[in-house]
Amino acid sequence: MTTDAAQAKLTPRDFASTQDVRWCPGCGDYSILAQTKKVLANVGIPREKVVFVSGIGCSSRFPYYVSTYGFHGVHGRALSTATGIRVSRPDLSVWVTTGDGDALSIGGNHLIHAIRRNVDINVLLFNNRIYGLTKGQYSPTSPPGKRTKSTPQGVIDFPLHPLSVAIGAEATFVARAVDVNVKHLAHVLERAARHKGTSFVEIYQNCAIFNEGAFEYATGKDTKEDTTLYLEHNHPLIFGKHRNKGIRLAGMDPEVVTLEGDVAEDDLLFHDETQAEPSLAYLLSRMHYPEFPEPMGVFRCVERPTYEDLLMEQINGAVEKQGEGDLKDLFEAGDTWVVE
Amino acid sequence: MVVSTQPDQSGKGAQQVIEVEEIAVRFCGDSGDGMQLAGTQMTNTSAVFGNDVSTFPDYPSEIRAPLGTLAGVSGFQLNFGSHRLRTPGDQVNALIAMNPAALRANVADLEHGGVLIVNSDAFTQTNLDKAGYTENPLDGDGLNAFKLYKVPVDTLNAEACAGSGLSGRAVARCKNFFALGLSYWLYGRPMDPTLNWIEGKFGTKPAVADTNAKALKAGYYYGETAEIFTHRYVVAPAKIAPGKYRKVSGNEATALGLIAAARLAKKTLFYGTYPITPASDILHDLSRHKNYDVRTFQAEDEIAAMTSVVGAAFAGAFAATGTSGPGLALKSEAIGLAVMTELPMVIVNVQRGGPSTGMPTKTEQSDLLQSLCGRHGEAPLCILAAATPADCFAMSIEAFRIAVEFMTPVILLTDGYLANGAEPWRIPDVASLPKFDIKHPTTGDDFKPYLRNEKLARQWVLPGTKGLEHRVGGLEKRDVTGEVCYEPENHHRMVELRQQKIAGIADTLPPLEVLGDESGKLLVVGWGSTYGAITTAVERCRKKGLPVSSVHLRYIDPLQKELGGILERYEQVLVPEMNRGQLVSVLRNHFLRDVTGFYKVQGKPFLIKEIEAKIEEMLNGKES
Repeated sequence: MTTDAAQAKLTPRDFASTQDVRWCPGCGDYSILAQTKKVLANVGIPREKVVFVSGIGCSSRFPYYVSTYGFHGVHGRALSTATGIRVSRPDLSVWVTTGDGDALSIGGNHLIHAIRRNVDINVLLFNNRIYGLTKGQYSPTSPPGKRTKSTPQGVIDFPLHPLSVAIGAEATFVARAVDVNVKHLAHVLERAARHKGTSFVEIYQNCAIFNEGAFEYATGKDTKEDTTLYLEHNHPLIFGKHRNKGIRLAGMDPEVVTLEGDVAEDDLLFHDETQAEPSLAYLLSRMHYPEFPEPMGVFRCVERPTYEDLLMEQINGAVEKQGEGDLKDLFEAGDTWVVE
Repeated sequence: MVVSTQPDQSGKGAQQVIEVEEIAVRFCGDSGDGMQLAGTQMTNTSAVFGNDVSTFPDYPSEIRAPLGTLAGVSGFQLNFGSHRLRTPGDQVNALIAMNPAALRANVADLEHGGVLIVNSDAFTQTNLDKAGYTENPLDGDGLNAFKLYKVPVDTLNAEACAGSGLSGRAVARCKNFFALGLSYWLYGRPMDPTLNWIEGKFGTKPAVADTNAKALKAGYYYGETAEIFTHRYVVAPAKIAPGKYRKVSGNEATALGLIAAARLAKKTLFYGTYPITPASDILHDLSRHKNYDVRTFQAEDEIAAMTSVVGAAFAGAFAATGTSGPGLALKSEAIGLAVMTELPMVIVNVQRGGPSTGMPTKTEQSDLLQSLCGRHGEAPLCILAAATPADCFAMSIEAFRIAVEFMTPVILLTDGYLANGAEPWRIPDVASLPKFDIKHPTTGDDFKPYLRNEKLARQWVLPGTKGLEHRVGGLEKRDVTGEVCYEPENHHRMVELRQQKIAGIADTLPPLEVLGDESGKLLVVGWGSTYGAITTAVERCRKKGLPVSSVHLRYIDPLQKELGGILERYEQVLVPEMNRGQLVSVLRNHFLRDVTGFYKVQGKPFLIKEIEAKIEEMLNGKES
C-alpha cells in the first residue's frame, strides 16, 4: 500500500461522493462508510489511487458513496474483479466491500482463492447475518433455527463462520470489528489498510429492517463487556465488566476462567497475532457467544509475498534474462524457412 | 493424383517414382507412441522442403487410455502438396498404423489403393483382442484394397538400435522415428531437418540422440533396401508467395496475435482464464512470454476468469480470456457486465462439440448463437470468426482493434479444428501491422463517464488519473453522466445506443469479397473454420465449369455491409456449417432470405468432396 505524506492532507469529507447515500435509517453501513473515509484520509493514499470494488447487496452500494474510482460488479465476484485490477495495476489501492451472502454464498469460491493467493486487497465483509437487498431471506451466517422469510420454520443449514473460513484459507490478515464501536472499527480498518496482502475484516453490522438486534449481545451497553473480548498483541485474553475473566487453554480447548485464587494472568492464553501457524487464530475464531466472549480486533497478521509481487518478479526476471520482448523475435521463434 | 511416372533415379531399387500434387499421410498409434511428434516432424520437413502443408492432430481426451485400445488411439494427419492447400486432406493416401487398434480406428479413411504400412509386430493376439478383431486382418484378404506393407517395426527398430546402452523400453520409444524414416524414404523427404532437431533436443543426452537418429536412418534405409515397396512418390515444392515462414496452429497464432496487439498498443496484456480443452494451449503459450509483459492469471473458475478480465480492462490493461463452449456459458453474466460498463476486452471461444462436456477434443461450430444471444438482457457485442489457423493471428489483432476503438467486448470464435490444425504462416513485417493509437483522457473538468464520441464509444479512463475519479457498474446508467438511472426513456435510449454502437462497427470493416462470379445460380456462404473446405470445393467446381461462387464471413456481428446485396444476386444460397444451421437462422432473420443449410455435426470438419457433392446436387436441382 502506498502512502504519500507529502500529499496535501485530505479529510474524510474529501472522500464523500456527490451521490445521495441510500441505506435504510439505522443501518450499520453508515458507520462503516464514515470510518472508512476517516481511515483513507489518515493513511494518506491519494484519492485517484483508490478503487472500491463490490458485488451485489446493500454493502455493494458502497463504491457509489466514495469519491475514489469505483467498480460495482456482479454478485459474488468482487474479489476476482479486484484481482484483475490489482494484477494489472499494482500501484492502485484496492478495496472490496462485500456481505455475508455476496462473499460466502455466491462468491465463496472467489473468497478462499483470493485469500490463498494473498492478493493485496482490503476485504471488508459486512456481516448482518441476513439477506437485506432481496428482503429478508436467511444467509450463510444466519444462526440455526432463525425464522426468516424463506425459513418460516427456522433455518436448518449450519452456518459458516467468516473468520474460520478466512483462517482456513490462511489469510495473512484477519480481524473483526463491530459497526457501533467506531473507534475500534477505525483502528482495525487502518491496520487492514496498512497490511500488505489480503486483509480480511469481518464487521458485525446491524440490519435495522430485517435483522434488528442480531448483535445486541455484542453491542448492548450492559452486555458487551462480558460477551466480547478485545484482542491485544502480546497481551493475555482478558474480558468482562470488571476485567476479571480470561481465556485459558485446557489441552486443545479454550475455557473461561475467573482471575482469582490460583488463576493469574500468566496462566491465560497470550495473544500473538504474528504466529505463522494459524491454529490458535482459528481457535479464537471458534469462540462464539454465548459459550464464550467473541474476540474483536486483529486475530492474525503475518507476512507472505503477495501474488502480484511474485508475478512481477517473474515478469521482471524474464525481461532481465531474455530482454524486453521484441515482436520480430517472437514471430521468428522456432523453425522458420524462406521462400524465394 | 498422378502427374507423371518415371524410373527411380537412384538406381538402388526397382521402384517406380510417381510424381503427385498432394499427399495426405496419417500416423496413428497408441497415445504414448509419439505419433504427434512423428507427424509434426514430417510437417516441418515438408514445409522446409517447400511444400504447402496443412495438418490436423486427432487425439483422445484421455491422457493415457489403456494401451492398445481403440480409446487410446492418437492420430496426426499431414497434407503436403505442390499447390495451395487449405485442408489436411479429405482422404488419407497413406496410413501408418502402429497397432491393431490404430488400424481399426483409421482404415476407413484410407483411399482405395492407398499405402498401408502396419507394424506387424504389434498384431499379437492380446492386441487383436483389445482392438476387437476376431481374426488377424493381416492374414485375410480384408485389406486387399490397399497397398499393404507389413513391417516388423519393433524388431527392426530394436535391431538397429542394439548396443545403444539404452533400456529396451527407451529403445522401443524410438519406433516412431523408425516409422518416420520409412515415410521419409517413401516420399523423398530429406532427413536433415529431423536429424538437426534430434541433435538440438537431445544434445545433452548423446545416447538418446544417437539412438533416435539411428532409428530414423534405419527406417529410411529399410525402405531403400528391403525392396518390398513397388512405388515411391515425389511432391514438388509449391509456388508460394516469397517471404519468411513458420508453421502455426490456430492456438499459437491466437497467442501471437494477442501479444502483438498489446505490444503495438504499448499495453500490458492481462489474460485471465481457466483451463479448458481445446483452449488451454493459448494459456500455455502466453505464460511463456512474460518478457512481453504478459500477465497470465489462472483463475479458480470460468466466472473468476471473466470478472478478472473485466477488472483488468477497467484498470487499463489489454484484457483477454480464452475458453470453450461450457466456459463461455459460465462467463455470460460477466460478459453482460462488460457490455454494460462498455469496457474493451477480447473473449476467445475455441468451440468444441457440445452441449455439456460433449466431445471436448472434437471440433464444432455450435456456439455462434450462444455468442450472439447467450446473455441476459439486450446485450450486443462484436463477434468475429477466424477462417484458418494463421488467420487467428490477424483476427486477434482485429478483435483488440475493434474492442478499444468501440469500447466493447469482442468474442473471437475459433474451434478445435483451427486451434490444433496448423499451416504455414508468412511472418509479417512488424511495421506493416495495424497501429494502435489509444488516448486515455488525462484531465477534464466535470468528467462524464458515458459521454460518447462519433463512434458512440465512451472514454477509457485509467484509474489513478487525478480529477477523473468515477464509478461504473452493472446498474443502468444515465446517458452521458453515467449516474445510476432507472428512468424508462433513459433505459430505452441506452439499449438503442449500445446496439447502434455495435452496428456502427460495420463502417470500419473491410469489404466482403466474392470468390467467383458476382451473380449467378448458387452462392456458398461459410464462416469460420469451414473456409478451407468450402473454398477448395468451390474452386474445384468452378474448374468443372459449374456456376457457383462463395463468400466467407469472418465478421458475424456486425455483418459486413455488402452481404445483403450479394445474397440477392444469386438464385440459391447454400450454407455449410458444423452445427444445425445457426448461421442459416441469422441470415434468414437478418435478410428475410431463404437459404439452404448443409449441416455436419460429427466432431469432424467438412471434407471438400462433401461440399462439392452438395454443390453439384443443388445445381442439378435435386432436393437433399
